[in-house]
Amino acid sequence: MSSAHTTRNQVYGWLLLTPAAILLITFTHYPAIATLAQSFFSTGTVSRPSKFIGLDNYRSMLEDEVFWKVLENNIWYAVGTIPISIAIALLMAVWVNGKLPLRGLVRMSYFTPTILPMIAVANIWLFFYTPEIGLLDQVGALFGFASHNWLGDTDTVLGCIIAIAIWKEAGFFMIFYLAALQTLPPELEEAAKLEGASRWTFFRRVTFPLLMPTTLFVLINAVINSFKLVDQLFILTKGGPDNASSLLLYYIYEAAFSFFDQNYASTLTVVLLLMLAVIAIGQFVILDKRIHYR
Amino acid sequence: MIGRFRRVTKGLALSLFMMFAYAQSAVAVELTMYYPVAVGGPLTKVVDGMVAEFMKANPDIKVKAIYAGNYNDARIKALAALKSGQPAQLSVMFSIDIYELIEQDAIVPFDDIVETPEEKAWLNSFYPALMGNGRTGGKTWGIPFQRSTIVMYYNKDAFKEAGLDPNKPPATWDELVSMGKKLVKKTGDKVDRWAIMIPSTGYPYWMFGALTMENDQVLMNSDGNKTFFNATPTVSALEFWQELGDKHGIMPKGTIEWGTLRKNFLEGRTAIMWHSTGNLTVVKKKAKFDFGVAMLPANKRRGTPTGGGNFYIFKKTKPEERKAAMKLIRFLTEPKRAAEWSIKTGYIGTSPAAYKTPELEKYVADFPPAAVARDQLEFATPELSTYQAGRVRKLLDDAIQSTLTGKKPAKDSLGSAQTQSERLLKRYQ
Repeated sequence: MSSAHTTRNQVYGWLLLTPAAILLITFTHYPAIATLAQSFFSTGTVSRPSKFIGLDNYRSMLEDEVFWKVLENNIWYAVGTIPISIAIALLMAVWVNGKLPLRGLVRMSYFTPTILPMIAVANIWLFFYTPEIGLLDQVGALFGFASHNWLGDTDTVLGCIIAIAIWKEAGFFMIFYLAALQTLPPELEEAAKLEGASRWTFFRRVTFPLLMPTTLFVLINAVINSFKLVDQLFILTKGGPDNASSLLLYYIYEAAFSFFDQNYASTLTVVLLLMLAVIAIGQFVILDKRIHYR
Repeated sequence: MIGRFRRVTKGLALSLFMMFAYAQSAVAVELTMYYPVAVGGPLTKVVDGMVAEFMKANPDIKVKAIYAGNYNDARIKALAALKSGQPAQLSVMFSIDIYELIEQDAIVPFDDIVETPEEKAWLNSFYPALMGNGRTGGKTWGIPFQRSTIVMYYNKDAFKEAGLDPNKPPATWDELVSMGKKLVKKTGDKVDRWAIMIPSTGYPYWMFGALTMENDQVLMNSDGNKTFFNATPTVSALEFWQELGDKHGIMPKGTIEWGTLRKNFLEGRTAIMWHSTGNLTVVKKKAKFDFGVAMLPANKRRGTPTGGGNFYIFKKTKPEERKAAMKLIRFLTEPKRAAEWSIKTGYIGTSPAAYKTPELEKYVADFPPAAVARDQLEFATPELSTYQAGRVRKLLDDAIQSTLTGKKPAKDSLGSAQTQSERLLKRYQ
């Protein structure tokens, strides 16, 4: 009787899981495994069918100058966007958490960049950066600066892309910090005031440590986004000039849909997945120990 | 209860069957066609209008014309549809996709479809220069539709202001430089107006095709398996492009954005721009100054690559679908419609007969710039198109951009592009 009951419960359990499992397997697990498998084959055409070539795709990837270039760019992109956007997000959150006039309006305007689609955003920024007629140059001209070809110069183009990403992301992260700030009990601040702690000490010793779980969450999101957020490249630079602004995911797109080399694209994707996995695991293992969960 | 349910389903099935049968009898052939739009303006409306006209004239053929984004998107969508087993029968795609499509075994040559002598003659009714990208190995794979060349748009008011004859745009590279120096307007160190802008993002290889041709050098052979990136005239063409900015100071340094160039020209920030003829109608509507259109200047000769999209018919099609697709293509490329298309967009009327229609004749008489692209066809060459087109094109694009941004001299950047493209193309020789 009781064993029949258990079986029935198990069947129930599995039935409840099935819809989610089917979705996960079709759209997440199967593609990931297929990608890995594809990376060991050559890209076939009708006259030259695809065949197993072992690690050849990985070998040619290591010899591919463009691959190393986009990887380097991606690291700079991550280094440029992650800390700054998190810092700005925290700053904005602390500010709009306090009492200030038109608080709703300020919060909304900080959050606006997040809800705009990236393609639309890129189209706007394209006209900010355009030499001569762009906003940046026109404002610069008021102060007597010479016009600069922001997106056409290999030295400035990646910085321009980073600036957009920060602008886009900071508001998004702010929302998480704001939510976390509102859960902090006000007694803490009152107690700190009684003890005579300065606002900075209070922030450093109380607020920031209590926000650490949020910071971890935001950090992981920021890292993933720094590999994922490439929509602006399609509008702004197409990775140019001379790959100076190309990022790994954009290069994967080029390999798959411009070169029609699906298997090389799979190879690059495997590398991207591995990197993200390592980073995520590292973050959980190392940072988790230092975080105070209530 | 169950009985009633059965009756209802039966009734439903029957009516569905009848609807289906009715649809079958009304529409003998159904065609799906993807097409791209690469320039500004409401071109989808024009295409939809022409397709609707076709269906009115041919009630037995139903056409689903699907706007598929830019050239890249159109190719991706059409090939994805082919792979998924729900293919389109014909599409407008980039004229330079030809080798890729042949290698994928996706398209049929028109020579296999045409039957009557009249149809064979139709294959030869287009401007030969426009067929360059549609023919290889002695067969015709693409029929020209939305085709363009590069032309020089210039601001006549700026020419007058600089003391130049507004009806004599530069005809040679030397004139371009000497006039250019007069056209640049500065206050102090700040440039208010540049003399010329040649776009170098988006499609740098296309603009470069014009410069190399003007230096009497093609970029590839007609089999699409050899490139000439490191030939001396190619290198000196890139050096000239770079010197416009670095040495002569008449063009901004660095790369120039394809997407915002038209606005730069319309706002008077550059006196001359090189751009697709596909922009002509928009510039005409929006320019607040007197502007002219001229052929690109010559060095050793005049030259421009053609550009734009061709019709292709896919291989996975039934004979009657091929026939219907041919009918549609012939309808859309008919001189009268080619003329209408050209007037509404600025693209080239694809056949000499189109320019002999009263509509286009009158339009050209009233608006002479419309004839420049046609007259320039005499000097036109195919656009860069090879096997492994995506990779080869990127090699050249990167080389051009690395030279224009001052990272590598033309000789080095083009030399390494050539070495790499030889490696890619070896197996096709």
